[in-house]
Amino acid sequence: MANKISDETIEYVGILAKLELTDEEKEAAKSDMEKMLDYIDTLNELDTSGIEPMSHVFPVNNVFREDVVTNGDNREDTLANAPLCKEDSFEVPRTIG
Amino acid sequence: MDILKLTALELGEKIRKKEIAVREAVDAVLARAEAAEPVINSYVTIDREGAYRQAAEIQKKIDSGEPAGPLAGVPAAVKDNMCIRGQLTTCSSRILSNFKPAYTAEAVENLRKAGAVIIGKTNMDEFAMGSTTETSYYGPTKNPHNTAHVPGGSSGGSCAAVAAEECFLALGSDTGGSIRQPSSFCGVVGLKPTYGTVSRYGLIAYGSSLDQIGPITKDVADCAALLEAVASHDTKDSTSIPREDYRFTEALADDVKGLRIGIPRDYMGEGLDGEVKEAVLRAAEVLEERGASVEMFDLGLVKYAIPAYYTIAAAEASSNLERFDGVKYGYRASGYDGLHDMYKKTRSEGFGAEVKRRIMLGSFVLSSGYYDAYYLKALRVKALIKQSFDRAFEKYDVILGPAAPTTAPELGSSLSDPIKMYLGDIYTISVNLAGLPGMSVPVGRDSRNLPVGMQLIGNVFQEKTLIRAAYTYECATQKQFETPAQIGKEA
Amino acid sequence: MAKQYETVIGLEVHIELATKTKIFCGCSTEFGGAPNTHTCPVCTGMPGALPVLNRQVVEYAMAIGLATNCRITQVCKFDRKNYFYPDNPQNYQISQLYLPIARDGWVEIETGAGRKKVRIHEMHMEEDAGKLVHDEWDDTSLVDYNRSGVPLVEIVSEPDMRSAEEVIAYLEKLRMIVQYLGASDCKLQEGSMRADVNLSVREAGSGKLGTRTEMKNLNSFKAIARAIEGERERQIELLEAGKEVVQETRRWDDNKEHSYAMRSKEDAQDYRYFPEPDLVPIVISDEWIAEVKARQPELRTEKLERYKREFDIPRYDAEIITESKRMADIFEETAALCGKPKKAANWLMVETMRLMKEHDMEPEDLTFSPANLAKLIELADAGTVNSSVAKKVFEKIFTDDVEPEAYVKEQGLGMVNDEDALRGVIEKVLADNPKAVEDYRGGKEKAMGALVGQTMRAMKGKADPGMVNAMLKKMLQD
Repeated sequence: MANKISDETIEYVGILAKLELTDEEKEAAKSDMEKMLDYIDTLNELDTSGIEPMSHVFPVNNVFREDVVTNGDNREDTLANAPLCKEDSFEVPRTIG
Repeated sequence: MDILKLTALELGEKIRKKEIAVREAVDAVLARAEAAEPVINSYVTIDREGAYRQAAEIQKKIDSGEPAGPLAGVPAAVKDNMCIRGQLTTCSSRILSNFKPAYTAEAVENLRKAGAVIIGKTNMDEFAMGSTTETSYYGPTKNPHNTAHVPGGSSGGSCAAVAAEECFLALGSDTGGSIRQPSSFCGVVGLKPTYGTVSRYGLIAYGSSLDQIGPITKDVADCAALLEAVASHDTKDSTSIPREDYRFTEALADDVKGLRIGIPRDYMGEGLDGEVKEAVLRAAEVLEERGASVEMFDLGLVKYAIPAYYTIAAAEASSNLERFDGVKYGYRASGYDGLHDMYKKTRSEGFGAEVKRRIMLGSFVLSSGYYDAYYLKALRVKALIKQSFDRAFEKYDVILGPAAPTTAPELGSSLSDPIKMYLGDIYTISVNLAGLPGMSVPVGRDSRNLPVGMQLIGNVFQEKTLIRAAYTYECATQKQFETPAQIGKEA
Repeated sequence: MAKQYETVIGLEVHIELATKTKIFCGCSTEFGGAPNTHTCPVCTGMPGALPVLNRQVVEYAMAIGLATNCRITQVCKFDRKNYFYPDNPQNYQISQLYLPIARDGWVEIETGAGRKKVRIHEMHMEEDAGKLVHDEWDDTSLVDYNRSGVPLVEIVSEPDMRSAEEVIAYLEKLRMIVQYLGASDCKLQEGSMRADVNLSVREAGSGKLGTRTEMKNLNSFKAIARAIEGERERQIELLEAGKEVVQETRRWDDNKEHSYAMRSKEDAQDYRYFPEPDLVPIVISDEWIAEVKARQPELRTEKLERYKREFDIPRYDAEIITESKRMADIFEETAALCGKPKKAANWLMVETMRLMKEHDMEPEDLTFSPANLAKLIELADAGTVNSSVAKKVFEKIFTDDVEPEAYVKEQGLGMVNDEDALRGVIEKVLADNPKAVEDYRGGKEKAMGALVGQTMRAMKGKADPGMVNAMLKKMLQD
């Protein structure tokens, strides 16, 4: 197995992804990720020099809307699913001290 | 007459001729669902009240002589990753267990305009991540042909609902095979259109550059009709492509003379179940007998599609699923200490194992120092895969092969080894990477009586070619869909 | 001898574009509004919602790029910048990293030290975040997405500035250019123009850049100047003490005149940029660039030339007036309506400037309509009001934008040109001031002033002083 994922890496990716894994899950995640990365590494068998990375399959471009207001007051819909809501705003734990 | 044995178009015709009331059709599928659901679990939500309300509205239109389309009054199901205003839309996840969108997906809107009656929302792999519908927070769906087996996934609920006659047609979504593989396992017809053909507006994204909504039906004619109903150019989706021709039902012709069919040698080798191979080759022979030319060829790069796909899909998913954070909608954990703890607890409790696995992988391949080696490399391989299809379509009109290496596996046998599960997508995934249309058509059963599907792949915008080939096959074999085993109380 | 230090500053300037709608949806960008009233599924990150790019955003961005001498990227794309924060509803911001719309530009600034070019590294388009309001009492923050999705351009300069003075000159220059283009109102206090300051210090003469910090939350030119001074001192103190400057983001607290590190374990600052799959590339043809150039409004230099040609107003006045697009617009409209450019310029140079100073306002805050100023100029010219009344009326126009003719009538401020009425008043003044009358008749011309003053007072300032003078002379001779 070529790829080795450290505890620190799993910790770090957990911070990026905002996931808190139990120790058991962390071990599983390490082994999963190592296996997947080994698998993904098989792509290196292909010579892709000179090949442009393809993000869009079709050469479609310049899709625009015109600058015209089409939406009205959608406050009720916006807030309808809020887990916590106060003064017509979403309530979250305080963001700065 | 058993209403449930009709196809969607047959039912539609009888409704228009007032031989069957819309209400009767709804009664029939709801009664069927009541019997089947305790075993099959196709649906996350059944909207009885809404179904009868829609039925009454459509009946009124038909009675007043307003023009009604071929699907008017036909009960349909929608995969639970498409938003419907005011209706629970869960993606089969705990994190959306209480989410009622404020708007309706464009494809569902189109389905409604066609007059279909939406019965409910179907079960799926959580956030469409999986190939078995076992990763659903709401329990697995069972294969109606043999309830010890999975229906496939991720659109397992939609395929099972059609196969179990709990609706006449359904919408699924396909990111790496999620319409075609479960269609194959459930013995129904499923089509993933060319990327950009059906609007993604209101489809809860998994891999945005790969996701596409498509029809799941009992036969090819229904498939063409449903695709015709939901495909549109939508200005709310920047990746929606205006097409010259949306008249897919025109392709329902029993004629493949001169059609050039290529079978990738690399699809028929190691890893392919013998009985599946045999059934697919037999189907190819049928088309050859009807005047198509069939030959084997080397497509190439097949084994690289899966690692490229999982890199791209996981990366996009890791970003698409960031919005589920307990702030605006959905589940929020209780008992947290500050903002970031709230995020982490909410997401860790709200997402299942497979979703977390892909989010972790996706976050890693995009992280500082790895982007070029993994993500950009995968996008380059994607370009190569597209090129190999381009070369193939210089020689062939249709690429024919299996939809999956095996028939439906037993419940509980897949999730323990993710890579093995991912290998099940080997024939379907490259089609998404290249943005091509692909279709799964039932071609028989294996010795365990489980359905086998063949996959037809077309060049971009060539859905009509696929429909024509599939329809010709169906005419030649007098096949409709595979009748399910007897399920539920009536059994 | 103490070491000499040089400050090296680069700026990241965010400017909210003056579009009617947000960058990716049809919600209004209007400032203010009750929380979450200008929102929709797209700008609140609802599942399944998709962005569609506002064409006007691209055109404004192109115009700014061209006016700042940038090269337009003719195939440009959007990328996702991923980070969790509640003001960012998708937890990623749609921005541009790999192919920003413009690159490699410059603007020229002028300070006491002379003229110099500040180079622009790149400029990109992105979406703004929502607003967070912090509740002091119950440890929560409230999120309002009205600003979420308002279009921004971010202009990233090279580290070419060496002082707060240069930084302010650069910002003022950018603001003027963008205002002239009509691409933004650039109001710092409303946050439609914001600057993050990247600052490092090094020993004078050194060719190597020091470690820089980034400072955020700078809401006024004054705060920027103070923050630069504060951060320069902080870094020098560290270096003098033999410590190292840590590369980090700091938040400036203008009340405490101190900056704080914003770092925490949860801010990994690893944004995992990748191409936004929900948007397609923007391909900008030469023709499109030419069109945007052709549509470019008159910029300041051209305006100065034209003012000289058309209006014959002093160069100094023209320079002051054209310093702000808003002021120039008011001037041109007023001049066109009343046909008296010199008078229009005068009102702006003297009274308007005085009142702005008094109210601590920027030209962008002016709300009076040129039509009312033009009308006032006409009333004064026609002798309907005298100059001191006109000033009073203008104050009312300045604050409440009143229609002067109606206001004058309503308040009874019009000049009294009725000879009979005036005669009666003068007769009384003459009768009440026998001494002054005697003095005048005795040859003391100065006594006239006192009589005019008395008459004007009796008329409550509404008489035409010329007419009073003439009548007094005539009646004293009689």
